[in-house]
Amino acid sequence: MTVKQKDASIPTLPLGAQISRWIGRNLIRIYMVFAFTYLFIPVAYTFAFSFNDSGKSNLIWKGFTFDNWMNPCGAPEVCSALGNSIKIGLLATIFSTILGTMIAFAIGRYAFKGRSASNLLIFLPMATPEIVLGASLLSLFLVFQISPGFWPTVLAHVVFCVSFVVVTVKARIASLDPRLEQAAMDLYANEFQTFRRVTLPLVAPGIAAAALLAFSLSFDDFIITNFNSGTVTTFPKFVYVSAARGIPAQANVIGSAMFFLALALVIVGQVVSRKRKVS
Amino acid sequence: MADSANSARGDLKLTRITKSYGDFTAVDDLSLTIPEGSFFALLGPSGCGKTTTLRMIAGLEEPTVGSIHLGSTDITTTKPYQRPINTVFQNYALFPHLTIFENIAFGLRRRGIKDVDEAVNKVLNLVELPHLAQRKPTQLSGGQQQRIALARAIVNRPALLLLDEPLGALDLKLRRQMQIELKWIQKEVGLTFVHVTHDQEEAMTMADTIAVMNEGKIEQMGSPADLYDNPKTAFVANFLGQSNLIKGSLVGTDGDSLVAELFGQKISLPRNRSHAVDSSIFAGIRPEKFRISLLQTPVSGNVLSGGKIEDVSYIGVSTQYQVMMPWGQELMVFEQNDDGVAPFQIGDAVNISWEPIFTFALRGDEDAEAGTEVIPEDLDEE
Amino acid sequence: MKKISTPYLLLIPGFAFLFIFFILPIANLAQTSTQTPLLNGDTGQYEQTFRFANYIDAFIENREQFSRSFIYAIIATLIALLISYPLAYALAFKAGKYKNILLVLVVAPFFTSFLLRTVAWKQILGEEGFVVPSLRTIGVISESTTLTSTSFAVVMGMTYNFLPFMTLPLYASIDRIDPRTLEASGDLYANGFTTFRKVTLPLSMPGVVAGTLLTFIPAAGDYVNAQILGSPNTKMLGNVIESRYFKIVDYPTAAALSFTLMAAILILVTIYIRKAGTEELV
Repeated sequence: MTVKQKDASIPTLPLGAQISRWIGRNLIRIYMVFAFTYLFIPVAYTFAFSFNDSGKSNLIWKGFTFDNWMNPCGAPEVCSALGNSIKIGLLATIFSTILGTMIAFAIGRYAFKGRSASNLLIFLPMATPEIVLGASLLSLFLVFQISPGFWPTVLAHVVFCVSFVVVTVKARIASLDPRLEQAAMDLYANEFQTFRRVTLPLVAPGIAAAALLAFSLSFDDFIITNFNSGTVTTFPKFVYVSAARGIPAQANVIGSAMFFLALALVIVGQVVSRKRKVS
Repeated sequence: MADSANSARGDLKLTRITKSYGDFTAVDDLSLTIPEGSFFALLGPSGCGKTTTLRMIAGLEEPTVGSIHLGSTDITTTKPYQRPINTVFQNYALFPHLTIFENIAFGLRRRGIKDVDEAVNKVLNLVELPHLAQRKPTQLSGGQQQRIALARAIVNRPALLLLDEPLGALDLKLRRQMQIELKWIQKEVGLTFVHVTHDQEEAMTMADTIAVMNEGKIEQMGSPADLYDNPKTAFVANFLGQSNLIKGSLVGTDGDSLVAELFGQKISLPRNRSHAVDSSIFAGIRPEKFRISLLQTPVSGNVLSGGKIEDVSYIGVSTQYQVMMPWGQELMVFEQNDDGVAPFQIGDAVNISWEPIFTFALRGDEDAEAGTEVIPEDLDEE
Repeated sequence: MKKISTPYLLLIPGFAFLFIFFILPIANLAQTSTQTPLLNGDTGQYEQTFRFANYIDAFIENREQFSRSFIYAIIATLIALLISYPLAYALAFKAGKYKNILLVLVVAPFFTSFLLRTVAWKQILGEEGFVVPSLRTIGVISESTTLTSTSFAVVMGMTYNFLPFMTLPLYASIDRIDPRTLEASGDLYANGFTTFRKVTLPLSMPGVVAGTLLTFIPAAGDYVNAQILGSPNTKMLGNVIESRYFKIVDYPTAAALSFTLMAAILILVTIYIRKAGTEELV
C-alpha cells in the first residue's frame, strides 16, 4: 500500500466541511492573530500618527512627514516632561532597588520573628489602589506643609516600587540552591566573601529585573504622580493634560521610540543570555 | 589564614556527638575515630543521620552536644572556612556563574594564593578534563560535573575530604566506573576520604572501613568483609546484602563451636561469630552459602531437612530459590550456575546444608526484619 | 545572636521608609476622613471632630460611582481573563520555538505609555476614527450610536490596559504544567474539555487567582480610563476622589471614599483568596 493509493481512497469532503476542518485545526493560530492584532492596534495607531503632519492637534490624518521625528522636542514641554520622567524614574529605581533588595534578603534568607507580618507589609502597598496611595501621601505632605513637587513624587514612586522589587528579588533568592553558599564556605570563603563572590552574582539578574520593573512602573505612573507632583510635569501627566485639546505628534514620536527602544533592549538581552548559554 | 585549625592534620575524632532538631534526634551520642589516610564510608538508609554527621564534620552544622577533633585541634565550633576539610556536595553545587577553572581555583584564591594556574591544571589533568577549563558548569555532563566537584575539593589538599552521596545522580554504569576512579584518586593523592552513601555495594567497593548507621547511632564498624561475614545486628545482616535469620536456641558447646537447635534440628557455629547474650538466638546464614540437595543425596556440615522448593528464578550467573521449611519460614538460596546440573523444580523435596563456619548468631530478641524495608532511593535527605 | 540581628538590620531602612510613607499616610487618611470644615474657616480648612457619619454621607452621595467602580472592574477582569487564558495557554503549549518571541510581543505594547495607548483608543473609537464609520456602514451600530463616552469604551480601555497583569501570571502558571499530565488525562478517557476542566484549570488556578487580583485591584481604583474614554455618566470612584481633592478641596470626603475603597478591595480580596485557597501569592 502506497501513500498515493491511500489518498485516492479518501473521498473529498464538501467545501464547507473542509473550511470548518481547517478552522478547527488552526483555531489557536487564528485566535493568536486576533489577539495580537488587538494588542497592537493602539501601538500601530500611535506609531502611524507620529508621522502625521498635524500641526497642533493630532486628531485627524493630514499628511505624511518626518518632521516630528527630526524634531521630537518641537512641541512645548514634551521634552522637559520626558526629562522629568526619566529623572524621577532613575531616582525611584535606585532607592527602591536598594531598600527592596535588603528586605528581600531579610525575608528570603532568614527565619525571624515577624516574618509573616513583614510579608503582609510588603503585600499591602500592592493591594492598595494607586489613587489611595497617591491621595494619602498628598494628605501627609499637606499636614507637614511640604508642597508637592519633584522629591515628593520620587518618594511616592519608591513606595509602590519597593514591594515589586521585594517580590522579584525574593523569587530569585528562593530559587538559589543553599548548597552553593555552603560550598563557598567549605572552600574557605568567609561570610562576606561568600556573599560577594557567590550570592550576589547569582541574585544579580533578579535585582536587574527588579530595577527594570521599578523604572518602567515609575516611568509609566500617572495617578500617584498626578497627586504629588504639583507643578512638575512628567510625560504621562503631559499626555493626560493635553489629551483634551489634542496631543502633539511629538508625544507619539516619544511613545513609539520608547516602544522600539524597550523592544530592542529585551531582544538584545535575550540574544545575549542565549549566546552565554551556548558558548 | 593559616591558623591552627586550618593547618591541623591527623585522625578525625568525634566524641559523644548528639544533634537534635527540636524533639527529633538526628545523631545520638555518636563516637567515632577515622584514621588519617583511610577511605571511610558512613553507610545507612536515608534519615539515619549520616548526612547530618558529615555536615557537622564540614562545619555546616554545630553539634548539640559533643566535640570534634582533628588531630589534637578542637574544631567543634570553627567555621567551615576555617577547617582544612572540603566537601564534594550531593549534586555537586558547582558555581553556575563561574568557569570550571574559576570553580576549581575558588578555594585557592580565598586562601590568598596568587598563582593558581599550576595547581588547577594539575588537578584538571588528574580528573582527565583539562579541555573543559573555560566552560561553564551547565555545559558539562553529570559525570564531568562530578569530577570537577572532586577536583575543586582536592585541589586544596584538605586533611579530610567529605563525599556526600557523590555518585547518587549518575547512572549505574558511570557510577561503577567512578567508584573505581575515586578509589584510585584517593590512593594517588593520599587524602583521608569520608564517604556518605546509602548504597551498600558502593560502600563495600570503595571503603576500607565502613560504619553502618541506623537511627542516629553506629550499628557496627569494620572492614567490608568483616561486616558481611560477621554482622552483629539484624539491621547490619539485612542492610548489607541479604540474610536468612532462623529462630533457635543455644544448647551446648563443642570445642570452639557452639551447638544450636533450630526447630528441632541441631547445627554448629563458630563461637566468635555469636553475638547472643543468652541462649535465645537468630542463626544467620547468607543465601549464597546454602547448598540445596535432593533428599537421597548425602550431605556434610549443617543440615536442615524437610524443605520444599516454592519458587525458582533463573538470573544467569545464579539461580535463586525460595525454599519453604517445615516451620513455615521461606529461606532464600542462591546457587551458582557453575556445575552443569539442571535447576531444581518447584515442588521438589530438598535438604539445605552449609559449612558451619558460615553461620553467625544474633540476639534472639532482635527484630528479624530490621534493615530490610529501607527505601534507598531518597537522595534529598536534608 | 548574629543570626537574629542581621535580618532586622536589613529590614530597618525599608520598613522605616514604608512606615513613614505608607502606614503613616494611611493612618493620616483615616484621621482626615472624620474631620469637618472649620467654622468660619477658609475652603480646605478642617478640624478633627471624629464625625464617622462622613463615611455614610460620602457613600450615599457616591453610591452610584462606587458600585460602578466595582462592576466595571469585575467585568474588565472577567473579559481580560477570557482573552488572556487562551493566549497564555497557546504561548505555553503551542508556541514551540517562537515562545520567547511571542512572550515579548505580548508585553511589548505596554512599553508605550499607558496614557498614549488610552488616548489612541479614544481616537480609534472616536467619531474621526475608522471603527465607528465602518461599523455604521455595515449596520452593526446605528447612526446615532457612539463608542466613546460610553461604559463600553471605559471597560474596554481598562481591559486592554491591565491585560499583561492577567496574561503574565497565567502564562507563568500554565507553563509550569507538565504536558504529560494532560496526555495522561487523555489516556485515562478524558476528552479535551474534561481534561481542561479537571486537569489544566485546577493546575493553573494560582495563575488565575494572581492574574485576576492584579487586574482587579488597579481597575477598581482607576479613573484615567473613565476620564479619557468615558463621560460624566461613566464616572468611577477614582474620578470622585480626584475631583474632591483638586477641585472641591473636600479632603474628608475624599479620604473617606479612599478608605472605603481600600477597605472594600481588601475585604473582597481576602474573601477571594480564602475561597480560591491560594495564599502563596506574595
